Amino acid sequence: MIKALRPKYELLSESFIKKILNECFELLEKYGVFVENQEAVKLFKQAGAEVHEPEQRVFIKPELVDRALSTAPSTIELYDRPGEQKFIIGGDQVHFDPGSAAVSILDHETNSQRKPTSEDLVKFVRITDSMEHIDFQSTGVISSDVPEIIGDSYRLYIGLQYSRKPVVTGTFRVEGFQPMHDMLVAVRGSKEKLKEKPLAILDACPSPPLKWSNLTAQSLIDSARAGIPSELISMGMTGATSPVTLAGTLVQHTAENLAGLVICQLACAGSPVIFGGSPSSFDMRKGTTPMGAVETMMIDSAYTQIAKHLNLPAHAYMGLSDSKINDNQAGLESGMGAVLAALAGVNVISGPGMLDFESCQSLEKLVIDNEICGMALRLIKGISQRDETLALNLFEDITPETQFLSKPHTRKWYRQEHIFPEIIDRDTHDEWEGKGKKSIADRAACRIENILKQPVELIDSELQKDLKKVMMADAKRNGLSSLPKIKSL
Amino acid sequence: MIEKNRLSQMKQAIVKGDKEKAQKLARQAVEDDLNLNDVIEEGFVPGIQEAGNLWEKGEYFLPELITSAESMKAVMSLFQPELEKKNLKAKSLGTVIIGTIEGDIHDIGKNLVASLLSANGFDVKDLGADVKISEFIQKAENEEADFICVSSLLTTTMLKQKDMIKMLKSKNLYGKFKVLVGGAPVNKKWAQDIGADGYAENAMSAAKLAKTLAQK
Ligand code: B12
Repeated sequence: MIKALRPKYELLSESFIKKILNECFELLEKYGVFVENQEAVKLFKQAGAEVHEPEQRVFIKPELVDRALSTAPSTIELYDRPGEQKFIIGGDQVHFDPGSAAVSILDHETNSQRKPTSEDLVKFVRITDSMEHIDFQSTGVISSDVPEIIGDSYRLYIGLQYSRKPVVTGTFRVEGFQPMHDMLVAVRGSKEKLKEKPLAILDACPSPPLKWSNLTAQSLIDSARAGIPSELISMGMTGATSPVTLAGTLVQHTAENLAGLVICQLACAGSPVIFGGSPSSFDMRKGTTPMGAVETMMIDSAYTQIAKHLNLPAHAYMGLSDSKINDNQAGLESGMGAVLAALAGVNVISGPGMLDFESCQSLEKLVIDNEICGMALRLIKGISQRDETLALNLFEDITPETQFLSKPHTRKWYRQEHIFPEIIDRDTHDEWEGKGKKSIADRAACRIENILKQPVELIDSELQKDLKKVMMADAKRNGLSSLPKIKSL
Repeated sequence: MIEKNRLSQMKQAIVKGDKEKAQKLARQAVEDDLNLNDVIEEGFVPGIQEAGNLWEKGEYFLPELITSAESMKAVMSLFQPELEKKNLKAKSLGTVIIGTIEGDIHDIGKNLVASLLSANGFDVKDLGADVKISEFIQKAENEEADFICVSSLLTTTMLKQKDMIKMLKSKNLYGKFKVLVGGAPVNKKWAQDIGADGYAENAMSAAKLAKTLAQK
């Protein structure tokens, strides 16, 4: 049987990748990176790196980068909450997760943005859990009804309770790591078991150009030691915080991520790291950071190629839109991004649900984007040979009346060859009219209603108690005596 | 009277963002002992105004606007010591203390706002990023500032804008400075709720807002 060709698209030639890497290595050695974290600086010194103290500038020799590259794993495993389902991050595997940390939510009723509440966060998590083409959940919205200071641990607290999917998340403060780690350990039972079966990925963004802040470097170190995969989210903005040319930005992007990789490997050799990012083609008219720009997608796809060249798993913020509502722009940008990301072989694709430059989540968009993800995933499965003889035998008894509907062959394969979207409109015109001429966002809203009607699958009460204990301790430390009541339960 | 041709060269240097040329013209003006306030008002300011117009019309993008603003800044810093020597003050729409609040390192938006304010005739003291509330206030007192501009890009650090207003109140300084707030999670309602004097969603409207408030 002929195996399906994995469709791929590449933007860089082998020699172009080498040129980018050469400049990047030279950049790290000659100009260095700024590291604002004491512990990280100490690790660099111990590894023999030259450090220029006043501005905490670390010069990284190629050998140090090579050593880090040789200890970093090329694939990472992630497990769901029960520890049963395994997800491989690496190779040509593709997993989608919703865009994270939105500060607002698009209200479907009013079609305007508002601050999300805990109730929205729970809905968001439950809907993500039901999306068949979205493998991971992300701590997607920030609840405005808990103090912002515990926003990072609280969103994980909710995520772990209402979805069994692995989580992509991150810290907002150095102290955020501890409670978040404690919760993950509570789910697994012990620190060792969490290392064996990681449940979460922590995102950490260097500050362009060429800086690892105290918070993010600490997140790398803490995660590495705890065996939690770190996703390095370099995010140059062309012409604003990174060179304006796409190739120039790729040099900086790679340098920032490799510096992060070295920190992780120095903290714990062999620790899991994902080469990710959220760069953007900075809009010179508006001063905005469009995620739906084709150049943004090109930078993402190209650094993914570099990650693959370096044998590292890749991540990107793709499949999201800068539109403010669920309109054509939202669909076209998300569709284009998701398809290109899948073709480029990005292993973790963060984006579904997001609007307005990574700042707004829409539950309806999440449900719409799920369909996009389904199509992108179908696309990369390619065309396989299903039968020894492809079609010839089906024509043996052909007559002018022949149809294929009743053929066993059709019955056998149709569900594997074709996917059936839930809310994409394929009705006849009259049927569509009869159902009230609904737009895709309206149909998404109906699906959401149905999902939320289902009973909540609660976690084990002991575990719930443990999680609550961790959360309450963190809340109390920050002056909060109770957590918001979730009405829908 | 300053030659028309000379003034228009000054204007052009700023519009084009030709920093060297602008500085050269400024130096010549000092050497020839021209009235510096006239030079600024009639020569250079029209240049930055024109750059702003071109930006609003969509002809200029940020790189052009910012190079014009930077050229303007360079000229002003060259004139500063000269004006002081003569005990003159550059005509300013007001003194602005600006920074990104503590715990927050997002500074691109703040830098744009600072550039445009300064290009539009404000005397801008940029404290950088991750700036303590007390530092904002202390600096504002020392400089007898008219405005405090606070940028916050995180929902966590946005709260500090509220704390700043509280601190101003507790020090009996509320109302003494006009407080402008901005950054991605901030909106008009938040500004009103915490009792700030204004909010703007981008650098150009921030400059406009400050100008309107300065005239009050
Ligand atoms: C670039 C960026 C970064 C860069 C910043 C580089 C730098 N030197 O500034 C880096 C990579 C360092 C970064 C780090 C982080 N970031 Co960040 N970042 C962004 C991003 C993509 C763009 C911000 C930006 O520069 N925009 C372009 C400028 C021109 O626009 P602007 O800042 O909004 O400014 C304009 C207006 O707001 C206004 N304005 C701004 N200030 C002021 C002030 C006044 C007085 C007025 C009147 C107007 C005004 O005028 C400006 C010019 O037009 C935003 C997404 C977004 N949509 O905002 C996330 C975002 C702000 N970051 C986010 C997060 C979570 C982080 C991190 C915590 C991530 C991490 N775990 O590592 C860290 C935090 C570090 C810290 N302690 O501050 C979240 C915030 C979520 C939340 N709930 O708070 C966002 C929204 C992205 C997301 N959805 O995840 N980030």
